[in-house]
Amino acid sequence: MNIGIIVFPGSNCDRDCVHVLSEVMGQSAHLIWHQGTSVKGMDAIILPGGFSYGDYLRTGAIARFSPIMDAVVEFAGRGGMVLGICNGFQILLEAGLLPGAMLRNRHLSFICEDIYVRVENADTPFTNQCEPGQILRLPIAHADGNYYTNPVTLSALQANAQIVFRYCDREGHVTSQANPNGSLDNIAGIRNATGNILGLMPHPERGAEKVLHNEDGGLLFRSILSALERNQIHQPV
Amino acid sequence: MKAKIFVTLKNGILDPQGRAIQQSLHTLGFSTVEDVRMGKFMELDLNETDTTSAENTIKSMCEKLLANTVIEDYRFEILEI
Repeated sequence: MNIGIIVFPGSNCDRDCVHVLSEVMGQSAHLIWHQGTSVKGMDAIILPGGFSYGDYLRTGAIARFSPIMDAVVEFAGRGGMVLGICNGFQILLEAGLLPGAMLRNRHLSFICEDIYVRVENADTPFTNQCEPGQILRLPIAHADGNYYTNPVTLSALQANAQIVFRYCDREGHVTSQANPNGSLDNIAGIRNATGNILGLMPHPERGAEKVLHNEDGGLLFRSILSALERNQIHQPV
Repeated sequence: MKAKIFVTLKNGILDPQGRAIQQSLHTLGFSTVEDVRMGKFMELDLNETDTTSAENTIKSMCEKLLANTVIEDYRFEILEI
């Protein structure tokens, strides 16, 4: 499969995604510079983590207007799979491809640590290799991961099973102590209504390799590949 | 003309920075501070002469980029030079 990874000025997790997809999983990973205007030939798109535009004004606020985003929005509109990791999730929110917004972490610190998330919906193209309720250990590294949306949208997310990952403790209990950043309803990752776009704050690309003693994140990538293979979704050239 | 733009978190949205600032002020003895909300201030120089046109432009800029209207409110003042 051809996976396109968008690189904005300030993105810094793009090469980790390339490494996982190509070295660990044997796929064709392509770095796409933000000034590009096409994602032709890509089967899925990743918006990686980092500090696009230095997080100036708001995280992801400027990157969402990068030239490549027209192509990404159009690709997503055709049902193409888009994964936003950390800053990528923030960009998807600013672009309106996912509902809601990110606030500064409740305790104001940049948090860099391993946390646990529970898979709330294993019936998505991003989690089909997971069990419902499976606990994944993933690293987070962010200062603005405090997910917020209004009560109406939150109810809709809950009703439509759009909350895909929630922060939990080691045993899978979703508690406020297990919530690293104050995010509403312990939300760590959500999908859009049609299910082809996922954003999550944790970094699956940093936990996808045996040598790192963490392969939980690899399940997301393997799910994407499985979904592409099963549906034979190769985007029309 | 110059425009001054103020972007603040909507009421009801937790502002941990504002709260941290309030706590610091209390520690310094400014006990009458009941609440602090932190926001952003931007100054723009606009090459415009028509106030109404400038207002529309600024509103568009705020809606599109300068404020995230999911979580932020904005207001602005125009100063004619």
